Amino acid sequence: MKHAVLTFILLWGVVCCGALAAVAKEAQPAAEDPQLEERLAKLSAELRCLVCQNETLADSRADLAVDLRNQIREQMKAGKSDKEIVAFLTQRYGDFVLYRPPVKPQTYLLWFGPFLLLAFGLLFLFRYVRWRRQSIVEQPLSDDERRRAEELLKMGPGKEPA
Amino acid sequence: MTRYIYLIPLTFFVLLVVFLGFGLTRDPREVPSPLINRPAPAFRLAQLHDPTKTFSASDMRGKVWLLNVWASWCASCREEHPVLLELSRSGAIPLYGLDYKDQPEDGIAWLSELGNPYLLSARDRDGRVGIDYGVYGVPETYLIDREGIIRFKQIGPLTPEVLEQKILPLYKELNSQ
Repeated sequence: MKHAVLTFILLWGVVCCGALAAVAKEAQPAAEDPQLEERLAKLSAELRCLVCQNETLADSRADLAVDLRNQIREQMKAGKSDKEIVAFLTQRYGDFVLYRPPVKPQTYLLWFGPFLLLAFGLLFLFRYVRWRRQSIVEQPLSDDERRRAEELLKMGPGKEPA
Repeated sequence: MTRYIYLIPLTFFVLLVVFLGFGLTRDPREVPSPLINRPAPAFRLAQLHDPTKTFSASDMRGKVWLLNVWASWCASCREEHPVLLELSRSGAIPLYGLDYKDQPEDGIAWLSELGNPYLLSARDRDGRVGIDYGVYGVPETYLIDREGIIRFKQIGPLTPEVLEQKILPLYKELNSQ
């Protein structure tokens, strides 16, 4: 009995969710041009909302983000390329709007710094290992020690020397 | 080498502290504007108090002036307002306003309630001019020189300190050129 009730509730939940999803889909603004909306979503996911700086322009509900999305939409409709639109935004807000900073002299350190660090690290590691190897002094076993070592080896594992 | 090997982590630590110290004392909300030393974007907008007249940045050629972006819905503008009133009383710098994304009635009511420091304000109802100026947090203030070049931008409320230490000296310098 308990099982049946649970199943019923679960099923009912699934049905409701499905219905909700359908409604949600319907409630979306009848985007005039789904292709353009998709392009907008893709581009604005690469852009930072300046009001809430850790959100993308696509996710943000800030007023400015809404305005900027509208402007981008307009420019897309006017046939501007993504590059032109990004240029429009960086002219106004600087490279900070880009989540993917452009490669240019000011950002060389940002882009290539990690590789530089890696190179330094490898160099350091290499030199350290070489230095270690050089500083190890070979200490040959004395005859006594050698005999003892051989004894131990002969005894095999798990046994203590007498 | 062995003797100095202990200095390596220490060096890293000091470097880290320096970088963190630098980063933590800066305001991440202040995004350097790419518009500094660039021509102020052109606009022509209706005046707030008289929509039959317009105001344009190009009307101000030959003058060094301040453009203050404000709105009646902006809380920090209220905080900034006494500073602007004081500035306008002193007449030190011509001050113009841009009523950003605001209902004109609200803007006018706000100014009549708190006092109007502006020689005039322009209506930027849909915020397009604001976007051209890279506005992202009202209030913002721009110092524009005779050639129409933006020389300074204050993000957030103007304080007496910023006015005294940065804007007024720069204004004097630009004005004497």
